[in-house]
Amino acid sequence: MTQPTPRLKATALHSVHRRMGAKMVDFGGWDMPLQYSGILEEHRAVRANVGIFDVSHMGEIEIHGPDAGALTDYVTTNAVAKLEIGQAQYAGLLYEHGGFVDDILVHKIAGDRYLLCVNASNQEKDYRHIAGANRFQAKVDFASDRYSQLAIQGPRALETLQKLTTAGLAAVGYYHFIDGVIAGTRALIARTGYTGEDGFEIYFAPEQSERVWNQILDAGQEFGIKPCGLGARNTLRLEAGMALYGHEIHAAITPFEAGLGWIVKLDKGDFIGRAALVRQKEQGVTRRLIGFEMTGRGIGRDDYEVFLAAEPGRDGSPAGWVSSGGPSPTLNKNIGMCYLPTLHSKPGQRIQVIVRNQPVDAVTISAPFYKRIK
Amino acid sequence: MYPEDLHYTKQHEWVRLSDGAGVVGITDYAQKELGDIVYVDLPRVGTALVQGKVMGSVESVKAVSDIYAPVSGEVIEINDALSTAPEKLNESPHGDGWLVKIRLSAPDEISGLLSAGDYQKYVAEEETGH
Repeated sequence: MTQPTPRLKATALHSVHRRMGAKMVDFGGWDMPLQYSGILEEHRAVRANVGIFDVSHMGEIEIHGPDAGALTDYVTTNAVAKLEIGQAQYAGLLYEHGGFVDDILVHKIAGDRYLLCVNASNQEKDYRHIAGANRFQAKVDFASDRYSQLAIQGPRALETLQKLTTAGLAAVGYYHFIDGVIAGTRALIARTGYTGEDGFEIYFAPEQSERVWNQILDAGQEFGIKPCGLGARNTLRLEAGMALYGHEIHAAITPFEAGLGWIVKLDKGDFIGRAALVRQKEQGVTRRLIGFEMTGRGIGRDDYEVFLAAEPGRDGSPAGWVSSGGPSPTLNKNIGMCYLPTLHSKPGQRIQVIVRNQPVDAVTISAPFYKRIK
Repeated sequence: MYPEDLHYTKQHEWVRLSDGAGVVGITDYAQKELGDIVYVDLPRVGTALVQGKVMGSVESVKAVSDIYAPVSGEVIEINDALSTAPEKLNESPHGDGWLVKIRLSAPDEISGLLSAGDYQKYVAEEETGH
């Protein structure tokens, strides 16, 4: 493999990943582990037992001050006012035209303090966007350097982490978090994730990263814990039907098109992008995200063109495109998500995905493709 | 590591000669770089391959990679087992994971391929960076 060029950013665990033999990849300017033992093995470990991911490349933005809630509410699509202290919420950060700046997690730490977890490659842009909208009595603080983030995911995640803290983790509800101590390190422990499994995402001071990482690996050893890379993170979130910025969502896509109407609260008061979304809701969306599975031999991948199977010939332009696609290790199928005209964006639509110049049959189905048994 | 009886390309394919036919595969380095292989697209029997031109593709979980014909010739057999067990490419890239058997149309092309030792050196350079 090639060495990282100096411009690539690294997390506090970078040398650990290299020492452990991870295959590294340039992910949005970060030198990150793509895989350790293999994407399939890591994927299965998370579905069956537990896996740990270094996601310290993710950005953190803190908003505090008397109007912290008002600013957070104004820049996001979801109902921040309804959050309790200790609760987290998935939300869109939109432009005035209704397209995504980013998708984020909002954590209400206190009445006057919110922690936003944002995508790695968007963090500077997000910070400028929020700071630029700050006409409130609030302070926007770029806090990424103050946090490492680890995701511990899988049915044995709770047992694994519980060995390292006195806090009662079973009592932490889904999309809730606590201020606790993990492996002797103060951490925000959130029951959130990006895999479709139960699990936790923990935020703590980067200086402690190696120790926390090692102790979690030790604690999870009896459950078969695997260090996991971004490869498995992607196959896991795809099976769970979760959006990835730059794929399902970006500046030219609105939440309604992406099937994320549930994170838009038009009745909460004004927020950036609201007017455009109200207009779009009245007029209806012209395209919409839908899942698909390949029925012919071939794998529909990101950005491949999609045609409606009923269309005679393929002289015209494609009906849509694949936003994310690939093999599903759990289902043993080739799956994906694609954008199609609203009329055809419903389950059971026969489509053809153009795989390396060859049309391959597929059929639309509702995402998520995988749901854990609770 | 790399068998002495194979002839290698810089695109990480190999050819093994036996009875005038050539068995073609991808190297251990290639399978490691690709990761878990989940799909293999091979040419049909009877296809005329041209050295250096795309003859098929392998897909890992993460990506698609072209396979280039290491030598010219006609495909006389394909490894059917790969359609149901593509993981053979990861497990045995120089053996059970072979791709196609071809009748060489220009046997001289073999002399232009790399020996095991030269390929090993080439791969070592790839691994330590450019």
